Amino acid sequence: MPSAGSATHDRMTFVHNLGKLVLDLFILAGDLTLFTLQMLRWIVPGWPRANVLWPVMYQIGVQSVPVILVTGGFIGMVLAVQAYEQFAMMHMENQLGTVVNVTLLKELGPVLAAVMLAGRVGSSMSAQLGTMRVTEQIDALTALGANPIAYLVVPRFLACFLLIPMLTLFADGIGVLSGWWFSTRVLGVNSFYYWHYSRAFVNAYDLWSGIIKSVFFGASISLISCHRGFHSRAGAEGVGQAATEAFVYSFIVILALDFLLGFFLMELFNVLFPKLVII
Amino acid sequence: MSTLVELCQIQMRFGPQAILRDIHLEVEAGKTLVLIGESGCGKSVTMKLMMNLLRPTSGEVLWEGRRVDDLSERELVLRRLKFGYLFQGGALFDSLSVFENVAFSLRQNTTLNETTITDIVRERLRDVGLEMHVVGRKKPAELSGGMRKRVGLARALAIDPDVMLYDEPTTGLDPIMSDVINELILRTRERRGVTSIVVTHDMHTVRKVADRVVMLYPLARLAPHEPQILFDGTAEEVFECDDSRVSQFVRGEARERLLELSAA
Repeated sequence: MPSAGSATHDRMTFVHNLGKLVLDLFILAGDLTLFTLQMLRWIVPGWPRANVLWPVMYQIGVQSVPVILVTGGFIGMVLAVQAYEQFAMMHMENQLGTVVNVTLLKELGPVLAAVMLAGRVGSSMSAQLGTMRVTEQIDALTALGANPIAYLVVPRFLACFLLIPMLTLFADGIGVLSGWWFSTRVLGVNSFYYWHYSRAFVNAYDLWSGIIKSVFFGASISLISCHRGFHSRAGAEGVGQAATEAFVYSFIVILALDFLLGFFLMELFNVLFPKLVII
Repeated sequence: MSTLVELCQIQMRFGPQAILRDIHLEVEAGKTLVLIGESGCGKSVTMKLMMNLLRPTSGEVLWEGRRVDDLSERELVLRRLKFGYLFQGGALFDSLSVFENVAFSLRQNTTLNETTITDIVRERLRDVGLEMHVVGRKKPAELSGGMRKRVGLARALAIDPDVMLYDEPTTGLDPIMSDVINELILRTRERRGVTSIVVTHDMHTVRKVADRVVMLYPLARLAPHEPQILFDGTAEEVFECDDSRVSQFVRGEARERLLELSAA
């Protein structure tokens, strides 16, 4: 049986650990803010040359297209499968396109495109910069007269920031098509009504709200991943941990931003288009 | 003789761990200063402080009498270009070819055209015994350790620095390649008249290249009142120093450290 002293010690350890966790979170948030400000400071004077920016854009944008298409394709079909049962119970199968397309454009398209980008590109950026940190390549950049933030972070930020809306559009597009194909060809929904109800309930604001969210997701992924890479500890374990942290932190921030931006954009919609609110 | 770099009352800590304490060091123009000491005593940190790749916890770094922290960002970059740094593992950029690595600082900091840059890169590679048509297109991963060090040296020399810093230039190399690197250090000084700062634990390098030797000792093994710089003198003097800690390092003797091993 544990003694009273041991229980007190355990409580102290728990409180101590909790305090340390909170402090570490504040330090991380502060450090990430400073890192972001430094990057913003260099974005104009350190605008990357084409021969630096294009390879990064190719790696982040073009090479992500296949995985984004596969993800988008499955999301559309999964949404159709999941929603069909519910709609069929109420004999509303023909309105399946509404829920599939609204969910896809507003939520799952941007969120899953961002999660795939965080997994494929964020971890890789973090591991790449982490390796550069531990092999002194980042110091070498400084020694050779280049600013590491301008040379390494600005191009990655720009590539993520500018290309994620396009990747999201790809995910949306292929998701809409796969959702329609599965609903009409496999589940037997009428194609005319599928599009008719989709057109009636899906508006441009739904598409734009997804695109606006994606820009914030892209910026967060690049900044978090580069930050973790720049602060990687030495050795294979340190670099591996930086890559894992890049994905985990990006994922949490994507979900938190999705909630906050979703709420904000909904309120904005109600202000901009009060007559369209359905009661 | 003018002082190019001066460290004044430098303290350096990484978190709770103190690395350097009350370091005062002046580097004279045209000379070769060699920093020696066992692993973890702060040699590489001292060299990074000299180039402002690290900032001291307290104390001042002066370049030609000017405080480094008084310099603007632009001035700092321009003055830093007067330094060439050969990193321990070469620190070549993995994603760039040998040619692009050596051309990096020329492309980054000058408006020279590509033909001139190609000529300079060819000449620098030749200075270190490499031919551009052989290694120019290769990636750093395809090079041996010695070649990587030589490409690192060519890259550091590309922009004609006044001061060359060598971080453990012979570590991990075979004795012949170590001697090649030592010869290159000497040749670079003779041809270009650069001031050199070398961090090493290789006593052959000390004997061959040093005008002045400074030995640092790990803080963990010092009493609070003892100075961290154990020795400051010529290469000949270091081999005849009476201080048992210096002679232990110079001769490479384990002595009481064996007892520490058995105690552990």
